[in-house]
Amino acid sequence: MTDRIAALKSRPLLTPFNIFAAIILVIGAFLTFKRFTQGIGAVSNLTDTHPWGIWIGFDLLTGVALAAGGYVTSAAVHIFGKKEYHSAIRPAILTGFLGYSLVVFALLYDVGRPWKLPYPFLVSQGVTSVMFEVGACVMLYLTVLFLEFSPAALEWLGLSKIRKTVVRLTMLLTILGVILSTLHQSSLGALFLLAPSKLHPLWYSPYLPIFFFVSSIAAGLSMVIFESTMAHKKFEIYMDDRHKQEYNPVAFGFGRAAALVLAAYFACKVFGIALDNNWRFLFTGWGAWFLFELSGFVLLPCFMYSIGVRDRNPKVIRAASVITVLGIMLNRLNVSVIAFNYHVPADERYFPSIMEIGITLFIITIGILVYRFIVTRMPVLYKHPDYEDVH
Amino acid sequence: MEGIHTLQEFMFQTKGIIYILAVGYLLGFVWFWRFLKMDKKREQ
Repeated sequence: MTDRIAALKSRPLLTPFNIFAAIILVIGAFLTFKRFTQGIGAVSNLTDTHPWGIWIGFDLLTGVALAAGGYVTSAAVHIFGKKEYHSAIRPAILTGFLGYSLVVFALLYDVGRPWKLPYPFLVSQGVTSVMFEVGACVMLYLTVLFLEFSPAALEWLGLSKIRKTVVRLTMLLTILGVILSTLHQSSLGALFLLAPSKLHPLWYSPYLPIFFFVSSIAAGLSMVIFESTMAHKKFEIYMDDRHKQEYNPVAFGFGRAAALVLAAYFACKVFGIALDNNWRFLFTGWGAWFLFELSGFVLLPCFMYSIGVRDRNPKVIRAASVITVLGIMLNRLNVSVIAFNYHVPADERYFPSIMEIGITLFIITIGILVYRFIVTRMPVLYKHPDYEDVH
Repeated sequence: MEGIHTLQEFMFQTKGIIYILAVGYLLGFVWFWRFLKMDKKREQ
């Protein structure tokens, strides 16, 4: 414990990362001011033809998929009884909580009148809309993640009585988390069922909700491995022995699960092509891009996970997790931006402005800084000494 | 009158390709499961 406090106090303020982050925050603050005083058009290339850009394709769709580690890990430990992965729960839930918080934060930039975000719940309930379902689930799941993570914050604050009450709700919160995630991960795919003529047939499928849900499980598993790798590199001093001991077993267990899920996802995609009889599109330029995504970011990591698990090689598993995370980004961008409006002439196609990318970087930087603030203070990578023997 | 003229039309309209893929996938999955479990056998 004293080592951790000493490490926290001895951290220099002027590091290359801190300086880089500060520059991005200053630029981001300026862009935020511009966005909210001059409107979306002043900072983005969004048009009526392309109303959804990288704020939706990357910040929202990718953010939600990569935040799936929270429900995947808590379901593995609390529902499937995989207690050997217990040390992965808090980092995974923290990543999920921050991921969803930033999704909502990013949405404030993308929605024309963000102050009206509560309207669908308070003023005019559009209960037949998929968008309503997504919004309701994200709002409820963000609350669930907040409650799931709160024991760490309460331990830090020394509020043991409230912590005890919240810990009693663990199983209920886990079940709610799985239900809500299943609903909205798939519903995000269902959003694109509205646009069968706009999305390229290789990515459009009546089974898009299934694709989104299955791929979110692979994304969640991979993100837990990736996040633990980064935490091990940067915050090892804050880890207790249990976290260090479970570092590789978590990678092997989650790697095996990710291999199976990626294999299932690949099968789902092939079934999708077969059911829609889209084979002919595979021999076009778009087909080459589709095959690149499927072979490079689904089959390859699936193969790498399998080899890594069989040969007990954590490096291969960690490399596969990075490829899978990149693959999820590519898939969500393909569905929402790249293969969307594919028939529009090249000069009218959407490409994000430098300011849109700047705001996305700003949001990611905030996420990293908040993550660092929390793991260096709260018992995320170690057990609080006052709660060593309790769950 | 529309009819089935090619193997591809036959496979698509009868969903034959789906059954073939399903059987292939089930066989592949069994093999894949065994492949992933090989590390435990090695340890034993």
